Amino acid sequence: MFSDIDLQTFLFGRLTWASIPLHEPILIATFTAVVLGGLALVAAVTYYRAWGYLWREWITSVDHKRIGVMYGILAIIMLLRGFADAIMMLTQKAVAFGPNEGYLPPHHFDQVFTAHGVIMIFFFAMPMVTAVMNYVMPLQIGARDVAFPFLNNFSFWMTAGGAFLTMVSLFVGEFARTGWLAYPPLSGPDFSPGVGVDYYIWGLQVAGVGTTLSGINLIATIVKMRAPGMTMMKMPIFTWTTLCTNVLIVAAFPVLTATLALLSLDRYVGTHFFTNDLGGNPMMYINLIWIWGHPEVYILILPCFGIYSEIVSTYCGKRLFGYASMVYATVVITILSYLVWLHHFFTMGSGASVNAFFGITTMIISIPTGAKIFNWLFTMYRGRIRFEVPMLWTVGFMVTFVIGGMTGVLLAVPPADFVLHNGLFLVAHFHNVIIGGVVFGLMAGLYYWFPKVTGYRLDPFWGKMTFWFWLVGFYFAFMPQYVLGLMGVTRRLNHFEDYALQPWYYAATFGALLIALGIGSFIVQLAVTFLRREQLRDLTGDPWHGRTLEWSTSSPPPPYNFAFIPIVHEQDAWWDMKRRGHVRPRDGYRPIHMPKNTAAGFVLSAISTVLAFALIWYIWWLAIVSFVALIAAAIAHTFNYRRDYYIPAEEVMSFEDGRARAAAE
Amino acid sequence: MTMHLDTARREAAATEAEAPVFYDVEEAAHAESSTLLGFWIYLMSDALIFAVLFATFGVLGTRYAAGPSPADLFELPLIALNTSLLLFSSITYGLAMLEVEKRRMGLTLFWLGVTGLFGLGFLVIELYEFYHLIAEGAGPQRSAFLSAFFTLVGTHGLHVTAGILWLVTLMFQLPLHGFIPENHRRLMCLGMFWHFLDVIWIGVFTFVYLMGVLRG
Repeated sequence: MFSDIDLQTFLFGRLTWASIPLHEPILIATFTAVVLGGLALVAAVTYYRAWGYLWREWITSVDHKRIGVMYGILAIIMLLRGFADAIMMLTQKAVAFGPNEGYLPPHHFDQVFTAHGVIMIFFFAMPMVTAVMNYVMPLQIGARDVAFPFLNNFSFWMTAGGAFLTMVSLFVGEFARTGWLAYPPLSGPDFSPGVGVDYYIWGLQVAGVGTTLSGINLIATIVKMRAPGMTMMKMPIFTWTTLCTNVLIVAAFPVLTATLALLSLDRYVGTHFFTNDLGGNPMMYINLIWIWGHPEVYILILPCFGIYSEIVSTYCGKRLFGYASMVYATVVITILSYLVWLHHFFTMGSGASVNAFFGITTMIISIPTGAKIFNWLFTMYRGRIRFEVPMLWTVGFMVTFVIGGMTGVLLAVPPADFVLHNGLFLVAHFHNVIIGGVVFGLMAGLYYWFPKVTGYRLDPFWGKMTFWFWLVGFYFAFMPQYVLGLMGVTRRLNHFEDYALQPWYYAATFGALLIALGIGSFIVQLAVTFLRREQLRDLTGDPWHGRTLEWSTSSPPPPYNFAFIPIVHEQDAWWDMKRRGHVRPRDGYRPIHMPKNTAAGFVLSAISTVLAFALIWYIWWLAIVSFVALIAAAIAHTFNYRRDYYIPAEEVMSFEDGRARAAAE
Repeated sequence: MTMHLDTARREAAATEAEAPVFYDVEEAAHAESSTLLGFWIYLMSDALIFAVLFATFGVLGTRYAAGPSPADLFELPLIALNTSLLLFSSITYGLAMLEVEKRRMGLTLFWLGVTGLFGLGFLVIELYEFYHLIAEGAGPQRSAFLSAFFTLVGTHGLHVTAGILWLVTLMFQLPLHGFIPENHRRLMCLGMFWHFLDVIWIGVFTFVYLMGVLRG
């Protein structure tokens, strides 16, 4: 009974040679570049005999600092991919007028805008925010690691697995053509029968497990592991925003998981949650996905608010103005972010009262946000401002974000929203707040904490180039889109007839090219920093005259972070220690209890990724095998009871002495 | 806020006077006490998954699509048996934990085994019910109501399955290592998980079965 075709379907499911897009020159060129780059990397690692080092010190590491760095690298790689998508879309829009069809057919263009949104939110912004939280927060609270170090490693690799699946879809099969939230019925089995939406679902599910667990981990860390004396109202403001963000993660990501699970049941089992027939209700999906989606944007922005707060007070040499009001504003935003989801679809038709409620809650959010802006301004007021690069990003953010916030309040007016819904005004608005808020904040934080991570400051000249290209590029790229939005242009179009729109698209594309120069400057900055590393070296561990505990240890910090846990008496604990003349103990070191590295996180995530791939392509035997393997590996891991070790006191002493010698030179 | 600043100032003055200690040189090995909190937060995130499924059932639970309704399908006596098995399993888990406190390995394992068997019985009845419904043509593809029903009840069932797997694993690990703190912590976590599933089931029983049948 087994003909060849049956055997092939059994072995490979839906996967055939036709799934490899050999007919797409853009993809083949990209694929070749990726393969050559990958081979070069593998060759380099092999040449330097670094595989063992990578495996022992990074891939299996449970050190929150190493994991933070890996999140950062993942995010920057994905930023390049997401940005390539952006520039492809804008150049397509700039040329595709009248008879010119451009170079991206709808089938491809739709995948590009979906991938752009998914990658930028889930695989650039989220990992980058997590990178900063993971690296900085434990240092700020005077802890030696996070509460669950193994879980941290596992979370990272799940995120990487999701990113990997999304990247694979470029070369094997296709990605979703539905927009970044995959609304049904378009994303249902009838209208998207291919593997694109399945890649989307499983990529996000695998990464989502990681994000949820990381959220639980960081909450437990902040609640349980603060240094003695650090009461809640003495926590650094970045730690506060991290706490609120992770509360949001734990309260929002399960909703995404459940919603995507229901969508996959519709697709795999044939249930009727979001179908048009037999009682299904697509609006149910749209409500649920935005109950996750709106908190998500606050998950991204809150840590960035924390970053700006740290930067402003450091570079103004002043305690943050209105610390308590900053904390309350953060908490209020956390709560309100759950009460606004419906403003994403005022046009659903839920009636005037419901729309009015959600319009008003949306507008109310601008009050705590405005309070924050005033706090930053008052911190700057009569401060000794040092306009280092992070401060430039912060000022750039304050101007840009206020504009974005105001267009947001415009969109919160339901009648106005009926006109602007699904248009470029909206696209301009959310890029305004996400680039002007999240990306600027992450760039500022990267520059600010880079010396802590590596022991070298970043090159300031190229830092300024990066900033100015991004800032000017942003305004060129998105201000025209506000205009286009007001002219009535809707989003996700790949071809136009009206030539009056073209100049605005030229301007936007020019802006995107400036941003490309900004990203280029950033890469040049890394290279220049490497070349000038001797001049940029920082041996003090405190290059900016910082205020919080992460600056009290060496750069980069030792694996145990602190030889002696600091005792906190005030907000800005490190500032207080410097002011009142702390004396670092020079002996009496004790062995330090630390978690052991483990391969379990990497292995579990690799199996989950294979399982997801098998489910995407209907390779059922592989799905069953990998599922069983996943359970078995998880249970096997629980039989490992030896998960910690002690760093001997002599080792601590030799590290601390070396550091003191270097700082004295 | 002013009050807060005042206290901060007073505290600062107080600590300045008595020459502050900035480093904890006497620190003991760090106590690993965050697992129960972490697991509790995980349970809350899991509760949200169930919240979504309950909300979905709330919206779609009356969309019969001209098909069968709860009154046509549910046999309450069977569900009552099902429910009591699960509730008893929570009691037996509590009995196991009492034996843990007394450090009696044999009885601990016995009560854990009884808990697992009750859980298994619950699952068998659930599968029988599912099989019966599908055979009647009332499978999850029949209507949005049945999609929501199978998903909510099935997700709970999957959780019970995971709980049983975990229970069996622990029944191997307990005799292997004895009542060490790690095992005690694991038993506490599984206990929270098991009772959590009970609470969810009470919601399912009330909201899906009882109210469904009442609605007609």
